[in-house]
Amino acid sequence: MVPALADLTPLISAAVTPGVVSPGLDLESSFSAALEGFGFTPAAAHLLWLPLPMLLVLVAAVVGVLVTVWLERKISAAVQQRIGPEYAGALGVLQPIADGLKLLVKEDVIPAKADGLLFTLGPILVVVPVILSWLVVPFGQHLLISNVGVGIFLWISLSSIQPIGLLMSGYSSNNKYSLLGGLRAAAQSISYEIPLALAVLAIVMMSNSLSTVDIVDQQNGAGILSWNIWRQPVGFLIFWICALAECERLPFDLPEAEEELVAGYQTEYAGMKFALFYLGSYINLVLSALLVSVLYLGGWGFPVPVEWLASALGLSPDAPLVQVITGSVGIVMTVLKAYALVFIAILLRWTTPRVRIDQLLDLGWKFLLPIALVNLLVTAGLKLAFPAFFGG
Amino acid sequence: MSIASTAQFICFAALSITLVVGALGVVLLPNIVYSAFLLGGVFLSVAGLYLLLNASFVAAAQVLVYVGAVNVLILFAIMLVNKKENLAAIPGLALRRVLSGAVCAGLFALLLRVDLTTSWALPGPEPLGDEATLRIGEHLFSDYLLPFELASVLLLMSMIGAIVLARRDVLVSDVITGEPVDQGLIEKERIPLLLDRSALESSLLEKTP
Repeated sequence: MVPALADLTPLISAAVTPGVVSPGLDLESSFSAALEGFGFTPAAAHLLWLPLPMLLVLVAAVVGVLVTVWLERKISAAVQQRIGPEYAGALGVLQPIADGLKLLVKEDVIPAKADGLLFTLGPILVVVPVILSWLVVPFGQHLLISNVGVGIFLWISLSSIQPIGLLMSGYSSNNKYSLLGGLRAAAQSISYEIPLALAVLAIVMMSNSLSTVDIVDQQNGAGILSWNIWRQPVGFLIFWICALAECERLPFDLPEAEEELVAGYQTEYAGMKFALFYLGSYINLVLSALLVSVLYLGGWGFPVPVEWLASALGLSPDAPLVQVITGSVGIVMTVLKAYALVFIAILLRWTTPRVRIDQLLDLGWKFLLPIALVNLLVTAGLKLAFPAFFGG
Repeated sequence: MSIASTAQFICFAALSITLVVGALGVVLLPNIVYSAFLLGGVFLSVAGLYLLLNASFVAAAQVLVYVGAVNVLILFAIMLVNKKENLAAIPGLALRRVLSGAVCAGLFALLLRVDLTTSWALPGPEPLGDEATLRIGEHLFSDYLLPFELASVLLLMSMIGAIVLARRDVLVSDVITGEPVDQGLIEKERIPLLLDRSALESSLLEKTP
């Protein structure tokens, strides 16, 4: 890998220096300018702008869930040589909507001996942090809700709120299986948070920033060759395993292991409260896939930098048409990479057996944690030895 | 007042009310599980106050450490030992409550006095914003290096202590008493659940007269 990258060193360093990266689309400034043309004050224009990206991302997250549910049903059917949903719309694309409607009109049962307040609050606490984390997912240079400086760290800390909601719903159900499921979920989440954070730390060390936009910018100097996956293969695997464990996907879905715990913390839930858990887990899966693509697969970057293609065609990278095409390609690439990872996650779910709880904890504490520490150490050493490749 | 400062004031008021009411609930509620969940809420509103002060790194660290780790561990401990039993009546409970209430009121009065007599520099220093993360790192590795390293040594000690306590069974003699310990918890060779049928039958045959 290193000899191939050696020729590209000036390109990488050129892309890292600010000013060379094209500013890209800035929808907010255009929107504000348009509104100020109608006589709004800048503050009022900003206030009108604020809810737009949030609503858009909320809708995108929910639509992403519908697509993922349909993919899950279809791919699991293909894995098991079934047909899967067929009659609800063409190829069963309306099946997730039918599922959602069914859950919506179901009776919302609160068990008689349960703690009503905590029982209701639990699912909300599970979903809200997951949706909040979409704040930092970039789809382009300026296509994200907020480029907060702590970026990826915000996601790590928000995802640590989730086990409280799981413990809450497990406890308030007044059911031993629910409580065990909630405790397992919390234990699993705490154990896998540490290697996950260490894997992210290695990336942060290479890009000298916690911001997701900077992390992607640092990877897009030479297209596919400069993606972080080549420099952090071990970190990529650690992150992916831990992300699957945090999402409670099948090799690691112990909190809701059907054979042992009925359905874990979800046992007593029905109707919309159950739907919130369902929604939360799928939003989390899509979010994790998006973040893997941001951290390791170059985010919105095309395998060949769009700026190169534009200059090869003799177009200025700042021309409006090129800007629009760059923005669209960015969104398509981010979503494409994320859904490729979702496909792998679904395939893993339907082909691998569940691990035992002691195997799960052994894997987290005795294998992933030391490997993640070694990975961090090696990255630090390489950063000192080859600052040109590892973001000196 | 501009929109920004109004929004800031409303956020501050809401966070402060949540903080005070939540903290009172943690102390006063009889149900320990509610107290623990409310403690999480209190930590979250403190993180919100940090955010209002433009200290986003500290806010995220507050959520990660206090809500995600400390509070989850507290809840974990409560739920693992959650036994429904009535606490035995303590003699002189009323007097104890009055005394502890007086101590708390005294502390509160002391804090109020410090607050009122100090001449605060208003407006405070310009917030660093996103640069704060860099600055915290620089401080930790220059003028706060010794406390930082001492804290890490402390954590290492407690970690080793926890391992020694948890894996006492692998040691031949007890750390504290020096007596030989029961090795019962060590992983043993697995006893096959499906016994060899021929061996079983032959042993049964031997027993039958």
